[in-house]
Amino acid sequence: MAFIPHTEADVAAMLATIGAARIEDLFDEIPPRLRIRSLAGVPEALNEMEVGRLMSERAAADGTALSFLGAGAYEHHIPAAVWAITTRGEFYSAYTPYQAEASQGTLQLIYEFQTMMARLTAMDAANASMYDGASAMGEAALMAVRANRKSKAARILVPASVHPYYRRVAHALTCNQGLTFAELAYAPQEGTTSGAALAPFEGEDITALIIQQPNFFGRLEDVDTLTDWAHARGILVIAVVNPTALALLKPPGEWGARGADIAVGEGQPLGVPLSCGGPYFGFMTTRMEHVRQMPGRIVGRTLDTAGRPGFTLTLQAREQHIRRAKATSNICTNQGLLVTAATIYLSLMGPQGLERTAAAAHARTRELVAALTRVPGVRPAFTGAYFHEAVLQLDRPVAAVLRALASRGIHGGLDLAPYYPELGPALLVCATETKSPADIERYRASLSEALQAARAA
Amino acid sequence: MPVADKVIFEYSQAGRGASDQWPHHPGAAALADLPAAQRRARPPQLPEVSELEAVRHFTRLSQLNFSIDTHFYPLGSCTMKYNPRACNQYAMLPQFLARHPLAPETQGQGFLACLYELQEMLKAVTGMEGVALSPMAGAQGEFAGVAMIRAYHRARGDGARNEIIVPEAAHGTNPATATMCGCVVREIPVDSHGDVELAALEAAVGPNTAGIMLTNPSTLGVFERHISEVARIVHEAGGLLYYDGANLNAILGKVRPGDMGFDVIHMNLHKTFSTPHGGGGPGAGAVGVAARLLPFLPIPLVGKEGERYRWLTEADVPQSIGRLSAFMGNAGVLLRAYIYMRLLGREGMQQVGEFATLNANYLLKRLQAAGFDAAYPQRRASHEFIITLKRQARELNVTAMDFAKRLLDYGFHAPTTYFPLLVPECLLIEPTETESREVLDAFVTALSRIQQEAEQEPGRVTSAPHTMPVRRLDDVRAARQLDLTWKPTAQS
Repeated sequence: MAFIPHTEADVAAMLATIGAARIEDLFDEIPPRLRIRSLAGVPEALNEMEVGRLMSERAAADGTALSFLGAGAYEHHIPAAVWAITTRGEFYSAYTPYQAEASQGTLQLIYEFQTMMARLTAMDAANASMYDGASAMGEAALMAVRANRKSKAARILVPASVHPYYRRVAHALTCNQGLTFAELAYAPQEGTTSGAALAPFEGEDITALIIQQPNFFGRLEDVDTLTDWAHARGILVIAVVNPTALALLKPPGEWGARGADIAVGEGQPLGVPLSCGGPYFGFMTTRMEHVRQMPGRIVGRTLDTAGRPGFTLTLQAREQHIRRAKATSNICTNQGLLVTAATIYLSLMGPQGLERTAAAAHARTRELVAALTRVPGVRPAFTGAYFHEAVLQLDRPVAAVLRALASRGIHGGLDLAPYYPELGPALLVCATETKSPADIERYRASLSEALQAARAA
Repeated sequence: MPVADKVIFEYSQAGRGASDQWPHHPGAAALADLPAAQRRARPPQLPEVSELEAVRHFTRLSQLNFSIDTHFYPLGSCTMKYNPRACNQYAMLPQFLARHPLAPETQGQGFLACLYELQEMLKAVTGMEGVALSPMAGAQGEFAGVAMIRAYHRARGDGARNEIIVPEAAHGTNPATATMCGCVVREIPVDSHGDVELAALEAAVGPNTAGIMLTNPSTLGVFERHISEVARIVHEAGGLLYYDGANLNAILGKVRPGDMGFDVIHMNLHKTFSTPHGGGGPGAGAVGVAARLLPFLPIPLVGKEGERYRWLTEADVPQSIGRLSAFMGNAGVLLRAYIYMRLLGREGMQQVGEFATLNANYLLKRLQAAGFDAAYPQRRASHEFIITLKRQARELNVTAMDFAKRLLDYGFHAPTTYFPLLVPECLLIEPTETESREVLDAFVTALSRIQQEAEQEPGRVTSAPHTMPVRRLDDVRAARQLDLTWKPTAQS
């Protein structure tokens, strides 16, 4: 079964029209010695009922846990309407809106999305999405090199407090074009980027400074000071932001005296399920002066021949299908369906709902930190304000503690040892509005038991 | 078609909202620790609408789209086949959706098993030695492929190789990708039958050749018959062969890129393996490699040790070109491709190429009989083919774009227009295997009627479409008077 509608009579009639005796004859231009006769390695077909059982069994085996993991992917409430509408066939099974007149639904939705993201980040323009937050940061670095014509170095400053995987992805995506990233140390007490870390780069040719807010540790960077420092030296500022946090925190367009130049981030918190890491979407917004350096698809509002407003892909002269080797990026297909979900999510949340979500997530995380640091052997790793995520220091290696928690059905957070060994036994925890006081108490009690058991062993 | 809807912001009323969706506010005291200097001064101007208003608005927007579920969508090079609903339903089981990407492997064995088996099945159908699933679209798969080619040459101490050869009809992503990988692009011509000019290739290769990027069947809708000679020439010059999998649907179950001599390939799972296009993504651009490129595959991979599955990361693949996404690419899309492959199985997989090719050749023959000109009439169609309307453009002043727009009025999505650029006034038509003969016949009838209109009342065609929510849009105005976000004050 391959969803093929042909009857035997159809096949016979079609072959007669073509003038071929057998379907096989249609492949007569392929050199015979290249032909394969079987596909050993692919199992026999299952029907839909059998596939349904297989997948349900595997899903049941995976189960669900009480999760306090964050680190770039966040569990939030998703209204039922979001995916009920997103998976309508008219959105789900449409292509990129090249034929604008037959794609006004997708195009208008992207225009509305661009408007929402520009407003959320307080920037002028947005694109139709990038693959994810990490690749968006890599593309932003490449964009900054194009936009900052005064800098010749293609050198980017990136704090060590930026998500470790984002830094690795940015390197992988840009190293063949000669971009280099210089790492800025974080202050060990505060977990944020300090002026002292910037001092060694005074007077050097730097293209852009990346600032993640909140940073990977959940801590709030001094975005105003960092932005002004960069701008005073002709350095562009790339903001990496959590969109939920922007309901409460100063948007990138208002950082420092002039605001960030490019803002990117992971859109997953906006109505996209965790789904083992994807599909998510990256967003990118910028100032009008840099819009022609932006990668990816952009939708504009225009008029039709009857003078009525309509929507179309625009600034396509930046893109691969026109510019080929001189394109701003090779990206074409992006994450349209996730943008659909996010646009519906933001419409249902509105300014009040998003603010409440951010506030509730933050409140739950503060309660979590307060509860867990009452457990002997647990203390906060850093001082200062954080948003909806925090680092705790334990008195023993984290990995074994997390295993003990997992056996109790709790995913207790991320062990930072592989990423930040200098922190010692450090654990990144997160709570969102989805966690109740009872959930937090269950985690506290389980952690307390796990640590006591470990001490006794 | 339904008429256009106003933008969501025009429904907005201060104080309205879908409040059933909102958590309780914890109170201002819960936020007291956030420094005032870090706080947002004014709330973001998002829509304030009721749940019904939002549901109705976005449902209406959906109704303005053509899609596979509603219309024949013969977009060449895009493989717009039916996306089985089961793939979506079973990829969205609650446990899969709830799984955090950094959750312990012990609590994701079901998910990992699907990904591992997908890697194995993709190896089997492509004839490659290893597969990585993390690239998030075809273009990112291309990036991974060329980055691996560069890493391979560097690891052999042959790092000067920085030239990528592409045929002039290649997808735009090929040269764009080569540039992103720091390579120089050399274009070579194809002959009048659509095959690569071997003499030009011989002249182009040399000590700087990193590799060649080829689509086969090519973007001209024909099989590259000299593929073995191309492979020999490039390999003897020290270069590698890259297979752009955009047209893999044509040959699925018939011939494998690995057997043709390709060293690295990407597959568009949203084409060949029927994951949804979603109005512009998410795609998935899995890559496959021959043995010599295995050390360079992007991470994470999924490995199997005994009966346990686990992620393979930096420590396992130290020469990897690295991570291309924060976590595991478009994992949920990969699940959909896995379910599709299990539904088709071995036999179904072979039928895909067969019936895609049958439909394309049937449609080509019928259109030729109706008086349309094939770009390569002496060749078999693969899963797609090109019609050129240069005669109509010259004689009737009606262009391929006019035909495409008029097709919308007849209830058919337009084929790909003006690609490849090599063929003037072209329509690249890909019917796919899931369309019935009746649909193909109706499409022929529509194009024939448009031809008649072009001859008798050309204005009807050149001013099309007439039945869509909007008429033809002013793209020049869109680019010159940029309106990229909605502003309440400046509306017409």
